[in-house]
Amino acid sequence: MTLIEGLYTEGAPIADTAAPDGPIAEKWTKHQFDNQLVNPANRRKLDVIIVGTGLAGASAGATLGEAGYNVKSFCYQDSPRRAHSIAAQGGINAAKNYKGDGDSIYRLFYDTVKGGDYRSRETNVYRLAEVSADIIDQCVAQGVPFAREYGGLLDNRSFGGVQVSRTFYARGQTGQQLLIGAYQALERQIGAGTVKMYARHEMLELIVVDGKARGIIARDMVTGEIETHLADAVVLASGGYGNVYFLSTNAMGCNVTANWRAHRKGAYFANPCYTQIHPTCIPVSGDHQSKLTLMSESLRNDGRIWVPKRREDCEKDPREIPEEDRDYYLERIYPAFGNLVPRDIASRQAKNMCDEGRGVGPKVGDFRRGVYLDFKDAIGRLGEDAVRAKYGNLFDMYKQITGEDPYQVPMRIYPAVHYTMGGLWVDYDLQATIPGLFVTGEANFSDHGANRLGASALMQGLADGYFVLPNTIRNYLADGPYEPIDVTHPAVVEAQDAVESRVTELLGINGERSVDSFHKELGHIMWEYCGMERSEEGLRKAIDLIRSLREEFWRNVRVLGAADTLNQSLEKAGRVADFLELGELMCIDALHRRESCGGHFRAESQTEDGEALRHDDEFLYVGAWEWGGDDGNPILHKETLEYEFIELKQRSYK
Amino acid sequence: MATVVRASETAGRRSSTVLIVATSTIAAGKRPKTRSILLKTVMAVTGLIFVGFILAHMYGNLMIFAGKEDFNEYAHHLREFGTPMLPYAGFLWVMRITLVVSLVLHAGSAFALWHRAGQARTTQYLARKGQWATFVKRSMRWGGVALLIFVVFHILHFTTNTIQIGGDYDNPADRLVASFGEWWAVLIYLFAVAALGMHLLHGIWSAGMTLGLNTSLDAAERLRLAAILVAVVVVVGFALPPVAILLGLIP
Amino acid sequence: MKLTLKIWRQNGPDDKGGAVTYPIDGVSEDMSFLEMLDVLNEELIAKGEEPVAFDSDCREGICGMCGVMINGEAHGPERVATCQLHMRSFRDGDEIVIEPWRADAFPVIKDLCVDRGSFDRIIQAGGYISANTGSAPDAHATPVPKNDADRAFMAAECIGCGACVAACPNGSASLFLGAKITHLGEFPQGQPERDARVMSMTAQHDHEGFGGCTNLGECSRACPKGIPLNVISQMNGDLLRSLRHQS
Ligand SMILES: Cc1cc2nc3c(=O)[nH]c(=O)nc-3n(C[C@H](O)[C@H](O)[C@H](O)COP(=O)(O)OP(=O)(O)OC[C@H]3O[C@@H](n4cnc5c(N)ncnc54)[C@H](O)[C@@H]3O)c2cc1C
Ligand code: HEM
Ligand code: HEM
Ligand code: SF4
Ligand code: F3S
Ligand code: FES
Repeated sequence: MTLIEGLYTEGAPIADTAAPDGPIAEKWTKHQFDNQLVNPANRRKLDVIIVGTGLAGASAGATLGEAGYNVKSFCYQDSPRRAHSIAAQGGINAAKNYKGDGDSIYRLFYDTVKGGDYRSRETNVYRLAEVSADIIDQCVAQGVPFAREYGGLLDNRSFGGVQVSRTFYARGQTGQQLLIGAYQALERQIGAGTVKMYARHEMLELIVVDGKARGIIARDMVTGEIETHLADAVVLASGGYGNVYFLSTNAMGCNVTANWRAHRKGAYFANPCYTQIHPTCIPVSGDHQSKLTLMSESLRNDGRIWVPKRREDCEKDPREIPEEDRDYYLERIYPAFGNLVPRDIASRQAKNMCDEGRGVGPKVGDFRRGVYLDFKDAIGRLGEDAVRAKYGNLFDMYKQITGEDPYQVPMRIYPAVHYTMGGLWVDYDLQATIPGLFVTGEANFSDHGANRLGASALMQGLADGYFVLPNTIRNYLADGPYEPIDVTHPAVVEAQDAVESRVTELLGINGERSVDSFHKELGHIMWEYCGMERSEEGLRKAIDLIRSLREEFWRNVRVLGAADTLNQSLEKAGRVADFLELGELMCIDALHRRESCGGHFRAESQTEDGEALRHDDEFLYVGAWEWGGDDGNPILHKETLEYEFIELKQRSYK
Repeated sequence: MATVVRASETAGRRSSTVLIVATSTIAAGKRPKTRSILLKTVMAVTGLIFVGFILAHMYGNLMIFAGKEDFNEYAHHLREFGTPMLPYAGFLWVMRITLVVSLVLHAGSAFALWHRAGQARTTQYLARKGQWATFVKRSMRWGGVALLIFVVFHILHFTTNTIQIGGDYDNPADRLVASFGEWWAVLIYLFAVAALGMHLLHGIWSAGMTLGLNTSLDAAERLRLAAILVAVVVVVGFALPPVAILLGLIP
Repeated sequence: MKLTLKIWRQNGPDDKGGAVTYPIDGVSEDMSFLEMLDVLNEELIAKGEEPVAFDSDCREGICGMCGVMINGEAHGPERVATCQLHMRSFRDGDEIVIEPWRADAFPVIKDLCVDRGSFDRIIQAGGYISANTGSAPDAHATPVPKNDADRAFMAAECIGCGACVAACPNGSASLFLGAKITHLGEFPQGQPERDARVMSMTAQHDHEGFGGCTNLGECSRACPKGIPLNVISQMNGDLLRSLRHQS
């Protein structure tokens, strides 16, 4: 069956997610028991490749190493400690109920499913909530310096609009501290010889032999050598792909390559269009901008968001605009939640204000892209010192970047791409549709549905790496060691050749345009048409634009330098080439999902007063896409979502 | 060109001269040298022994203000100290040996650290901001060498009476007064005392750091004050006698 | 703004390398230092010259990937990571000398990129608390006095950028080392391995070829996270304590 004029075809639905039967609270325990064990003496004989050393990858590497498997770990940075997880600021959720405010595994489960706008899989989310408490214990034992109260016990805060205080934090550097904990555990295993680390190595291809994932091709980014690494199982923990938008809060090197290469080899890519746009980022200041900086969401607890009522006022000094000429639009439209509405709503409304011509700050293109986040009232109410104590480091960071003092002048903020809920499709075992390929952390699509709650990505990364994957992968490894293969195997040769010829091709085009210029243009298309608000017309246009941009890329890109040294242009070129394919799939996914849900807002699917409208009757499924070949169309496989334990409701924040 | 590496094998990438390894495991076979921190500890302990001696020595020198007799009496007393348990001048020799051993250890460690620092950065920066630390580093090292030279000169001068300034006298007090009648002798001594002050200013702070005494911002402040105090006392205490003699304040 | 950049270019670990001068125009004060280098690189590519290689990832001052010497100062004139430095800190017409970190324990890979694997190996030697996954007691089983927790946090802020080494006239990594030893040593969980940790980490530090610390304090002045010198003192103290325990 062909839909939307031949953009994709629909394949067989996904029947099995490998989740065990039984009451939801017992599934995980039962599953761990049912999964086969691997004899400690045999573990040494089993090789596992882990791509990525973020929370998801480092924790898995450390745990599998401790267990005695032979682990090879890869990351593109110069040290595993630099994975992008390090940038997370706010905190990590866990159902510890240390505050005695009525939190529980069930409540965290419920909040996560609801926050994801009923587009996530109940079984996985319940398990996530279940192991969340163990994460905190593990991290504390490693010496992660969480915030503490005077009594010496851990402090919690409430985060992302939930009613309970379940977020553990380490000032504004939670991700850093958690990652350093996992990194140290990983380094301990490297020292012990169970894990072999390959830093400055980029995975460029997946090796699939007889239908099973058996290794990767990686490029040593220092010498340029193309290396083959074989194993019994491959784990991808390569993070999110928000950089398809060029400007995002992600690190410069975040990419989709590992995932995309696996997708091209047969792994399904689920819900690629689900992206989260974060409302409180520092706005773009010009076209030289390379990335956007997130300001913690906690600022919305005390800051008030507004734009001038009249367009003429937009150029004025904000301090000279009197109260009656200001539009505190979130407080006006959503009196119950005010400035604390969920991320997607806050983001979309900011965009609406700017599109109306009421944005503030410098003009970038035809519009001013910024709204005020004003602390004047908070400073008046609490005093400058109290505000400094709470947000001082964020204010300093803002000042460092913009040169403006937020104690005097209101901050300017604008939404930016922040997180990708989509990713490779995995079952309950975190196994992709290629046996032996496991995917963890932000790289998989699993637990957040159409929208992720604040402080839940860190939780998921560590849950996957410390507790889930080690207990599911063993079931697969217990059937190993798998048949030995060597470099002469046709599948291996084919993968090597593919990588080498791609490198040669990129270096040989020698066209007119730099890699960055293509990336920027792609990002622009994605942001414009597949960003906060998507429409049928826009998405169609985007698909055409991306196709011709991709065609031009392979004809006109200029990659200088050689293959056998550190070559950052070459690295970027490979990543952008994959983004150019992913972008199209994202648009097709967005186009086919004719509903608004979570972070995905379809212009054609809204209520009379402009709020998101979900269509559970038609779209209560995970859209998992199969690669249709270079000349074919992607094939959609639906995994129907069943809600046994939670009742579906429309969100309303009015 | 492809290489196959199974996880059970090891692989580090290397180029011909510089080892560039993607996070390798700790290289086996290399033995750690004496830890730099231990060298530092030796310097700190010996340095503090010097400080003790210096303070006592300064007190002794100040006796000149009580009169030549008292000063000579003091010098004599030094030699009798500990008798009859120790032979005549026994205490002095114990002290001298301690000082010499300390000096060898102190200077030896200083040169070892100096050498290691040179090895740690064989390519220099093109641009270098004028730094206080660079100045301190140089003044400690060259200042230390200057002190070493001075001490040799000083012993030849006062202790062995090999170098005679302003005439040959057989008692210390007269030698002192005669020597410091010469302005250039005073200058040499003042210069040495200034070098000593500089050395102590950083040295005492540094010894505190090395011995683990700086554990908070308050402790850092206390340490800094102590260093300044000792340095000032030492400089003033040593500078007084020669200056006073040159000005003819001591008959 | 119009600037003259003098940048260290070096083709590979074995190349001799040297400084090359590039004029650059149209730099705005809102650019970050690395964005200014991005602009230069785009110009170089347009001219068919190979762009300057430099490391960066998060560009938020937290991953520790970036870091160059700017006019002889590690991370430049402000106490932030290079990626957080903005062109506001420079004046029209300035000449800016940009060099890689210099330390033999950080060999240059290319242009401004260096290999800081020695830091990872120092951590391997003992910069952790051994706690196997799943073996942890409840997080509230051991309360930690707030002061200790705060001090541990202060030390744990280190981003592993290497500026301390680059700035130290002795090429010592003592601030990095001291920060980790202090971070883990402040926790009750860190006590069992405290003696062993300081012994093995300091030994590894030395045989990576870092220089010895003589308490010059330049490291702390360059540290973008403001790690104070007293972590070095704590490390020294811990080492002596460990030796006492041994004997
Ligand atoms: C600014 C910011 C703030 C955030 N704040 C929070 C928060 O407060 N709370 C929260 O819960 N979440 C937060 N998040 C989200 C969260 O940080 C991430 O989703 C999460 O850390 C992802 O972890 P990960 O392990 O899956 O991937 P990452 O940490 O992104 O790691 C990816 C790893 O894969 C490697 N890699 C990638 N591609 C390749 C390749 N081709 N070859 C080899 N290696 C490769 C990289 O080197 C890296 O080691 C935030 C995100 C951002 C951007
Ligand atoms: C102006 C200042 C100084 C004066 C007037 C002075 C005077 C003297 C005199 C008179 C003696 C001989 C004592 C004796 O033999 O009885 C002596 C010995 C000595 N002084 Fe000084 N001194 C001065 C500064 C210093 C300094 C700065 C140092 C060290 C850095 C120093 C180190 C010594 C030593 C090591 C001896 C030999 C002690 C021994 O072994 O007998 N002096 N000094
Ligand atoms: C003989 C020649 C000497 C040399 C070459 C020398 C050299 C040095 C050097 C290089 C240092 C280390 C500097 C630093 O930490 O940055 C040092 C430290 C020190 N020196 Fe000397 N010095 C000498 C004599 C002295 C004398 C005579 C004294 C005492 C009066 C002294 C007291 C100290 C002290 C207290 C320290 C601090 C120890 C520490 O850093 O832990 N030194 N010296
Ligand atoms: S101590 Fe400071 S300068 Fe040194 S690596 Fe850590 S953060 Fe960088
Ligand atoms: S600058 Fe160097 S000498 Fe020590 S105090 Fe810092 S490491
Ligand atoms: S790029 Fe991450 S700290 Fe500068």
